[in-house]
Amino acid sequence: MNLFGKKSYYSLDGNERSKKNDRRRAKSEPSIPDGMWIKCNTCKAIIYKKEVTEYKLCPNCHAHFRMSPAERIGITLDEDSFQEFDANMVAKNPMDYPDYEEVIRKAQKKSGIKEGVVTGRGKIRGFDTVIAIMDSHYMMGSMGSVVGEKVTRAVEYATEHRLPIIIFTTSGGARMQEGIISLMQMAKVSEALGRHDEAGLLYVTVLTDPTTGGVSASFAMLGDIILSEPKALIGFAGQRVIKGTIHQDLPEGFQRAEFQLEHGFVDRIVHREKLRDELGRILRLHCPQGREEA
Amino acid sequence: MSDAMKSVGIARMIERPNTKQFIRELFKDFMEFHGDRLFADDGAIVGGIASFEGTPVTVVGIQKGHTLEENLKCNFGAPNPEGYRKALRLMKQAEKFHRPVITLINTAGAFCGIGAEERGQGEAIAKNLLEMSRLKTPIISIFIGEGGSGGALALAVGDTVWMLEHGMYSVLSPEGFASILWRDSSRVAEAADLMKMTSGHLLENHVVDRVFKEPEEGLEHNLSYTTDQLREALRETIPELMEMEQKELLQKRYERFRKFGEYAE
Repeated sequence: MNLFGKKSYYSLDGNERSKKNDRRRAKSEPSIPDGMWIKCNTCKAIIYKKEVTEYKLCPNCHAHFRMSPAERIGITLDEDSFQEFDANMVAKNPMDYPDYEEVIRKAQKKSGIKEGVVTGRGKIRGFDTVIAIMDSHYMMGSMGSVVGEKVTRAVEYATEHRLPIIIFTTSGGARMQEGIISLMQMAKVSEALGRHDEAGLLYVTVLTDPTTGGVSASFAMLGDIILSEPKALIGFAGQRVIKGTIHQDLPEGFQRAEFQLEHGFVDRIVHREKLRDELGRILRLHCPQGREEA
Repeated sequence: MSDAMKSVGIARMIERPNTKQFIRELFKDFMEFHGDRLFADDGAIVGGIASFEGTPVTVVGIQKGHTLEENLKCNFGAPNPEGYRKALRLMKQAEKFHRPVITLINTAGAFCGIGAEERGQGEAIAKNLLEMSRLKTPIISIFIGEGGSGGALALAVGDTVWMLEHGMYSVLSPEGFASILWRDSSRVAEAADLMKMTSGHLLENHVVDRVFKEPEEGLEHNLSYTTDQLREALRETIPELMEMEQKELLQKRYERFRKFGEYAE
């Protein structure tokens, strides 16, 4: 599985090369080695890297840092239960956008994955589920043909096998480089979810930071149950666009998870350390055996 | 000027005939219905029931004005969530009475404002996409002017999607495209060309199924030139879709949108 391959975008765990560099620099300079300390963008505290666990939380303010699909699988699914779908699907260039291939190559290098979403099936607390996890490190999780196709296939697979589907969303919106074809992905995923819904199956979305644009205006908001991580930015329009339209300052906390909860668009805000338990409980309460046990 | 920029200019002209004018030309006995039953009535969405040559239909469209005063009433054709919810309410009503739905699309996009976000613009659009994809009655979507992104798509999940010659449909405006991707808003024309947002391009990649000619002298001077063609097409298509088995209708609609995407495996 190429998914757990090279990850050059996130240095919390530190790879060999940066450790070597750290050591080299530590010998020659009296400064703090690179990569041992990180700054939390939320509380601005300087954090000792080793204090950050697999949950990727700020030890000071509990801000939820962005995660990769591999890291998400690690804290969500039962060990070794994940089977990936369509791992090799890659983008083409429907609009002949100049240098799109180069843009894609850079995104692949930065994220360590081939496209902006990882899909597959696995188990959470013993319960089978289909899962899709978007990656904000890949072109800001933008939705083009591949994201649309992989998510749609995952939903269709879930419908066919009568399984629930859980989608972790994070996206800046439609992939502009693929033009109108990226817009069509919104309709494509939504109609597949319509059939999953008609089959009486469970769809859970977990909104993570940030979930905006075309993804928020399609599958992110269609869950039977919509969970969100604390303080995640969730909204349709970008804040700069809104400011440019209405020429007003935006209220404190605008478009954050707590704002969406208050306005009735999110069922629950769940701390990342409790997410696996909550998802497990939701799956249990939606499966026939679960009902018997309860 | 490039063809794309020419169409962008024409599609946005303030004189361009709007949804209410198309309704007047194409249908009889139009009765406008108001409100989403949840929050408010959005002037940017006009909808109701009418007769098309004796067949009862539901018509829903996005309304732009010709004057500032009109535009203040319809928010320059930028719907709020309550507008999309009104549209959905009327489409569900059409489903109940098995009337065909005709949607008329002309918007720069869904409104970007604080209230729109507070009331769930994303959720409102998402719900329309899902519900339209399985609405148990025919839907014909017609792009009469601008088709701006998700705010346009929210009325365009149809069994067949039509467009006027100088209509346009894109994932974002050419201005937005140029400023976001190149940080240079002066490259609008280049963006418009690249984005393949004109009726010809959209027909080529099957985003639209039919294109209707506009008169040389401009649609605003001769609306019936184009509405005559539309009437002819509706006369043909409405019975065709109404006679189709419901299962087949829904399967074909599913496939119509399922096919989009270019990827390699």
